[in-house]
Parts: sequence; structure tokens; C-alpha cells
Amino acid sequence: MKAIMGITGTIYGVNGPIILVRGNLGYKMNEMVYVGEKHLVGEVIGLTREETTIQVYEETSGLKPGEPVLGTGSPISVTLAPGILCNIFDGIERPLEVIAEIGGAFIPTGARVDALDKERLWETHITVAPGDPVGEGSVIAEVQETRSILHRVMLPPGVSGEVVSVHPDGAYTIAQELVRIRTADGGEQALTMTQKWPIRVPRPVGRRYPADRPLVTGQRILDTLFPIAKGGTAALPGGFGTGKTMTQHQLAKWCDADIIIYIGCGERGNEMTNVLEEFGELEDPKTGNLLMDRTTLIANTSNMPVAAREASIYTGITLAEYYRDMGYHVAIMADSTSRWAEALRELSGRLEEMPAEEGFPAYLASRLSAFYERAGYVENLNGTEGSVTIIGAVSPQGGDFSEPVTQNTKRFVRCFLALDKSLAYARHYPAINWLTSYSEYIGDLAGWYNDNAGSNFVYCRNQLLHILTTENRLNEIVKLIGSDVLPDDQKLVLEIARVIRLGFLQQNAFHAEDTYVPMEKQLRMMEVILHLYERCKELIGRDMPMALLRESDVFEKIIAMKYDVPNREPERFSSYDDMIEEFYQHLLATNA
Amino acid sequence: MAIEYLGLSEINGPLIAIEGVKGAFYDEIVEFSVAEGAGKKLGRIVEIDEDRAVIQVFESTADMSLLNTHTKLTGRPMEIGLSEEILGRTFNGLGMPIDGLGPIRAEEYRNVNGQPMNPCSREYPRNYIRTGISAIDALTTLIRGQKLPIFSGNGLPHDTLAAQIVEQASLGGDSDEEFGIVFAAMGVKYDVAEYFKRTFEECGASAHVAMFLNLSNDPVVERLITPKVALTAAEYLAFEKNMHILVILTDMTSFAEAMREVSSLKGEIPSRKGYPGYLYSELASLYERAGIVKGSSGSVTQIPILTMPNDDITHPIPDLTGYITEGQIVLERSLHQKNIYPPINVLPSLSRLMKDGIGAKYTREDHQDVANQLFSSYARVGEARDLASVIGEDELSPVDKKYLAFGMAFEQEFVGQGRNENRTIEETLDIGWRLLHILPREELDRIDTKILEKYWRE
Repeated sequence: MKAIMGITGTIYGVNGPIILVRGNLGYKMNEMVYVGEKHLVGEVIGLTREETTIQVYEETSGLKPGEPVLGTGSPISVTLAPGILCNIFDGIERPLEVIAEIGGAFIPTGARVDALDKERLWETHITVAPGDPVGEGSVIAEVQETRSILHRVMLPPGVSGEVVSVHPDGAYTIAQELVRIRTADGGEQALTMTQKWPIRVPRPVGRRYPADRPLVTGQRILDTLFPIAKGGTAALPGGFGTGKTMTQHQLAKWCDADIIIYIGCGERGNEMTNVLEEFGELEDPKTGNLLMDRTTLIANTSNMPVAAREASIYTGITLAEYYRDMGYHVAIMADSTSRWAEALRELSGRLEEMPAEEGFPAYLASRLSAFYERAGYVENLNGTEGSVTIIGAVSPQGGDFSEPVTQNTKRFVRCFLALDKSLAYARHYPAINWLTSYSEYIGDLAGWYNDNAGSNFVYCRNQLLHILTTENRLNEIVKLIGSDVLPDDQKLVLEIARVIRLGFLQQNAFHAEDTYVPMEKQLRMMEVILHLYERCKELIGRDMPMALLRESDVFEKIIAMKYDVPNREPERFSSYDDMIEEFYQHLLATNA
Repeated sequence: MAIEYLGLSEINGPLIAIEGVKGAFYDEIVEFSVAEGAGKKLGRIVEIDEDRAVIQVFESTADMSLLNTHTKLTGRPMEIGLSEEILGRTFNGLGMPIDGLGPIRAEEYRNVNGQPMNPCSREYPRNYIRTGISAIDALTTLIRGQKLPIFSGNGLPHDTLAAQIVEQASLGGDSDEEFGIVFAAMGVKYDVAEYFKRTFEECGASAHVAMFLNLSNDPVVERLITPKVALTAAEYLAFEKNMHILVILTDMTSFAEAMREVSSLKGEIPSRKGYPGYLYSELASLYERAGIVKGSSGSVTQIPILTMPNDDITHPIPDLTGYITEGQIVLERSLHQKNIYPPINVLPSLSRLMKDGIGAKYTREDHQDVANQLFSSYARVGEARDLASVIGEDELSPVDKKYLAFGMAFEQEFVGQGRNENRTIEETLDIGWRLLHILPREELDRIDTKILEKYWRE
């Protein structure tokens, strides 16, 4: 542990995770402090002439008035260097595996561990030579951090100059000097792989681009109906049991980001264990390496200290921004932002602040917007392009979307994926309700879809959505008088909508073929369904009753095509087109 | 620590304040004695401001006055003494024996607050526990190391169901492994506690049960500590003594009510329905103490029971519980009124861990498919019933009529079973298949074609 340079005060009062300090006025706002004899990590969150308020990131049981509080002089920060990936941290970047080694199966308080392994040697390739000018974010060395990811060691923001000397390629720890530079003011500065960055401050970028590329997820309802852009923001609200976590897991597994930061914020311990195990075994479809090689987990389970829950979100996004600066596309899964908001509420209550709606503090909205605004598709300071995409789960109380966290989140995200209890009860997964969800990105992404997914992709998608909304309208009537009395063209809409719901929207996360579906197959599936719709419409236009059409098993076969056509053999869809034609000609011939 | 303080500065219900204390720490346990010879009362420090401590008294504060009370700091957080002897014994809500068999010879003292389990040291639960109850085994499978609450209402047979689960789960399966039951009652009626006691005796399990009882006329504040004491005991037995422990916590609603009561006395800012903002964290600190730890062969499985106020599943207590636990078993009044036991409404019921604990390796290859199909078909029954109530049963389409028949049979024959009926998983799945045959084959859209061909009998 480093020598502590800051100042000392003494504890005066303790109330859960909040402590009050008297005897020194020199603390700075958001300064990191060590509290008590056990050196619990805390942060300064309030200052008055009389006392300093500190939130403690660990269990405060056992703290006494009179114990010292040491200031560190710097804001609460994360350590950025190789070793972040393929790792699991708590809310303030302490490696849980190391804690388990020293503390056993249960997390002790006051565990003093380094965020990253300072002993480990990394095979390093230096990419600069003496005399090279280097600026903010310039890459000075490269380290193969995991099989999937090349870690680019960069100059921290705010540092620039000219390279004076370099060490040869070889194995170095994260604390050893690699390069020495002369800064503009003439001084020399030694650079290692490590930098520190305060978690509450966004890392600077060159400029922001519009979000015009989708985050391809392989989940049909997302890629076609409600796409998320790279650098975009999405909210995933749903009551308990609607599949928020499953959807997050699916996205973390299959989306085409380079790096995944998975923040388990106030959620279940067993879920984090599951992610650890599963990602350590599953293959990344892009690289063939393990998924864990591109993943970092941040775990503040629901029984871990509440103040660290508030910090975990910021820790996660700071790590994401760091990898974005290297030119990677990073996706953050925050599960769940409601727990983070509740942590704010709990701390705010302990501080006796005036509550706004439902006891949440009035600054809930501004904190949420500040978090989601850290997403974006950007040009980095070093000229590379990267993005941070945020997908935040929301756990509304009672599944009621009118509560403050959902409503405020809705204001700051552009893609809203509403999970629905009744769909989940019927085990229709993913239980994303296609009527209440929306994506504002569809217009921005139309160009990409035209160029990359097929010129008719957006058209097909709109047709599908149209059929589904018509079905909803018709269902209102069906509820009153039954489906038998509808005219045949409307019965057809109901039947096709059923095919879309069962055959297209429902996606089986546990089925080897269906868990991830490439864009091409998604388009072909839509085309087949719409082809069927067109042919049936013609038949009904010739006064054939729906009952006659239903005698054929063509509908059931098309519902099953998601399982029957392997992802690698999209050419087999032409047999479905043939089948529809055959069905059409057969009915024409026998009933015309 | 030997210093005793005489006198208090404030008494407000179960909260008292004392000034001039030195060296007190947050969460420390203090002892009070009021008069010579009278028993000691215990309390816990919940707030410190310099030399003023606010203490929560676990017992009644009757008799205490500002002048007559002697206060002693124990220098320890709340601890209980543990050894294997606690099995077969009965304790009060603070972990003190009340069965007249004398004190426990403790091997070890543990802080009841516990510590969070490191996610890296957890073992992901996969072994299913056969309860012999179809609706649970097939549709909301209970997994060893899971926390699966029963959401119930007043007057519903949740106690009977919990007792049946305990009986049948402890009878079957791996009989060579040691099992134990930790039973924690928070604010339940005497009859309920007695019922469980009798059931344990009748099934011959009582030597394996540790009971922690805080009955409804016991002090409210004691209720806040009861589940922590019980779970500390459970963790000790599971992870030190390598036993499989099933924990029954009843009734979580009383626990949450006690929190609200104390929070409001402390003058805290309430969030939803007057409950404190930390209700979620507090519930989580209990529920998360279920699981399996690497390097130990024991496990803690929790079945908390809560009665939903006004049968409302969106009430904060069931709502926050559902967000923490790994699923829920929901009891439904209308099924109870139809005289179906157990009245489990399978649609909102869920087991999150089931997907990894079933299938060919654990139960049977068709388990997941049958479960999906039963859920989806039964959801369709609801739609058909709604329609029938508007247009009349006679006007329904032939398929919808079949769904009505399926729904009736499903409730009577699959969900419904005897209080002592212990079905094997094969029996359960076979009943499922028999009922699915009521529906036309093309309606079975959730079953893999291969499985359907194997199990479908024309």
C-alpha cells in the first residue's frame, strides 16, 4: 500500500454506511479516504464547517468514534492497465479472486489488495522510438492481454511530449518504466503501463459521431424490430421473472462488441457465479476464443455494501471508456440500474436529504443522464474510433413502468425494450413486448441495413411490425366476440401474426442453432413469412376460406424453420419458398 | 468491558439513547439490567454520535426508567454459540435455548450478521431436490442451494405445503448424506410453530431440526435478529459440518413490518409504503445467505414464506423478494377455493435455477419441453376462459373447448395432489404427457419434434 499523504480526522458519528468526521476541514469533495483502524475504503460526499460526511464502501460494523480517517488526497479512482479483462472485481475494483485467496469464501472487511496484479510479467512490444512526438492517448506499447484482445498502452489524457528513451521489448510488470518522455515544460516523465482515472469523470474524447452502426446481437427481435446502435443506449425494464438477466446474458454472449463489461449491481450472487462459469467455457463466435477473454465482471451482489453499489456503475463505465480509447467497441451490461438508484436513495435517506418522488433524491434524473451520456461512438484523442454502448436493466417496483427510475431512464435512452409479464408467464422469450418497445435508432441505421443486410431489410421489418400492430387491434375485437366471426382476410392476419410470434420473435436461448442467428438468416426468415402472407392473401382474394388454408401444415413448418434451417445453410430457405409456391398452386388447382 | 453506566437519556418504544458512553462501536451488543435479580435484556447500538449511542432493545422496554437502568457494553457484536448440539433444540428469537435442556456447549461463536459470500467462491447450484409435488418438481424445480420463497396469502395452506416439502425432500434422495432443517419463525402464531414442531416429530426429523421461535407476542425488535441467528446456524452446519440444510423462514412479512416499525421510530425517511429505503438491502442480506461454497459439500437451501398483504404481488415485500430470490412459488386463492391442494398458480411461479438442474442428466430428457408446453398451454387456457366468460362456452371454437378441458384436468390432476402423495419425477412427467394428449398435436408448439415423436401416443 502506498504511503498516505493526506490528512487525518477522527470519527464522530456512525450511521450504517455513512460516517461523520470532525477535527479537520481539509478534505476534498469526492476524495478517497481510509476509515478506521481497519482502513475501510470510503469517499467524501459532504463538507460543512463542522463536519465531513463520508460514505464507506464496506461493512461499518465495529467502527468506533475516535478512530482515525486518513485522506489520500486524490478522488476515488480505478487502476487501468493490463489484467482487467478475464477478471472479476467488486464495486471499487478489488479483484474478488484475490480476496477469496486471502479471506476465504466470505468477504472480510478492510481487505487491502491491489486492483491489478503488480507481480505478473506481460510480454510487451514497445511501439515508439526516441524522438517520436507523442500526444494524449498515443499508443506507446502493446501487450497481448488475452487471446482475443491486444492491450494498447497509451499516454494518459493531459500528457504529451517527445520520447526520450525506450526500454527494449520484453516482459514487464505494470509498474515498471517502459518509456521516458520530455513534456512541453521541459521536465521528464517516466511512463509505465498503469494509469489512474477518477471514476466520476468521463475520459475525454476527440469528437462524437452519430450512431449509425448497429450493435449486431443475433437476437431477432432486437436486430430487426428494435436495433441498438454501437455507442447507443438501451433500457431493459421488466418486473421480476420477465427475463432481464437472461436477455443481458444473451447480449453479453453474442453481441458483436469487442469487449463486454458486465456489471452485476445489487443482483444475485449465483448469477455472477453462473456468468463466470459459463463465459469461461463458451466460445466467442467472432474469434473462437473463450468469451471470458473479452469480458470483465463487476460484482456487487445484493448483500454487499450498498455504497460500493453506487460506485460500481462508475467503475464499470470508466473501464469501458479506457478500452474505447484503445479503439475498441465496448458494451456495458448494467444489471440493474434500479439497484443503483436504490443505493442512491438509501444513502440519501441516511443523509436526511429532502426526498422527491417515492423517496428517491431529486438528483436521480441528473445522475442517470450523466451516466447514460457517457455512451457514444467517438473519435478518440489518438485518432482511433471506438464506442461505448450501455444496456441498462431496470427493475421497476411492482413491474409498474410509471415509477421514477423507469420514467427518468426513458428520457435518456433511445432504445426502450419493455419486458412483459404476460409474455413471460406464457414462457414467450425473449419477453420483449413489441407494442410498447421502441428504438429511435431505426432511422439512423437504415443506411447501414441497406448496405449490409439487404435493401429490403427495413421494408420487411416494417411489414412485420405492421402485421403485429394490426393483430393487436383485431385482438380487441376477438376478445369481445371470438375469432370465428372475423372476415377471412383478418383471420389471415391473426394466423400470420401467430407465425411471426412463434416462429420469429420467440427465440430459444438454450437451442444450439437458435441462440444466435446471423443477419442473413433473419432476413430470409422475414422474407419467407412475408412470402407466405402474400400468397395466402391472393388465395383469400379468390374466396378461399381461411379454414381451408389452415388444413395445410405449411404454417407449422414455417414456425419450425428457426430450428430446422442451420445458421450456416441459409440456402435451404429456398426450399421453403418452393413449399409455399407448391401449397399455393395446389390450392389453386384443387379449389379454383 | 467492565464499565457500567447508570441511567438513560431517552426511551422511545424499543429505542433508547444513552449519553456519555466511551468506546462504543456501531453494531455492538449491550446488556441492560433493571433491578437486582431480574434477567438481563439485550440491545444493539444502531447509531453513534460522539458519546451518545442509540440502542435498539430486543425485548420489551417496560420497567425501564431513565434512572434505574444499568447498561453494560459487551465489546462484541451480536454472536451466537454454535455446535452440532443445536440440532434437535428449540431457541428463542435471539438464539437462547427455551426448551429447558440447558445451554449449548459452543464450539465456536459467530457474528450473526454474517459476511457476503464471494461470488468467486460460490458453486453454481445444479442438483435438484425432489419434493414429490408435481407443480414444483416439473415446473418450478427446487435446486439444492437455491432460495425459493412461497408467496402466499392469509388463510392459504402455505404451512402445510412447506411441511410437505420438508418431509418429502428429506425422506427421498441421497439418504447417506447428512441433512438438517433450520426453522425460523418470525411473528407467527403459536399454533403455526406447534404445527411445524408436530410435523417434524411425526416424520421422525425432529432430531435434525433447530427451531428459532419468535412468536407473534414476542418483542418486535427481536424479530429483526431471528432470521440472522437462524441463518448463522445454517451456515455453520452447512459449511463447517458439511450438511445439507433446508431453512424455512416464516413469515417474512412480519420481519419487514418490524423493520418498518423500528425505522419509523428512528425518524428515518420512508420510501414506498412507509418501509425504509434499505428494505431491499436488508432482505438481500438474508436471502443471499443461501448457496453452496466451493470446498464444502454442504449447502443452504432457503424456503422463505411470506404472506402477501391483500394478496397483492406488487406490494413492496413480495416485489423486492422476487427481485432477490431465484424464483417464487405463488399460491392462488381461487385455486384454494376450488379445493385444489396445493393451490399453486404455476404461471407466475418460476425457478430460475431449474434450467441447469433438469434434463437427461438429472431428471429426464423431455422435462424442459414438457414444462414449456404446460406453461404455454395453461396460459392459453386463461385466454379461452376469458373469452368463454364473454361469449359463453358453447360459442367457443373446438380448439378453445379443448383448452378448457385441458385447464380443468391440469388443475385437478397435475397441480392437485394429496397432502401425503409423493410423486416421482417420472410419474409427474407422465401425468403431464397424458394431459397434453387432451390437446390436438399441432397445438404442441414448444416441444422439440424428436421428443414429441418419442412420447406422443396416437
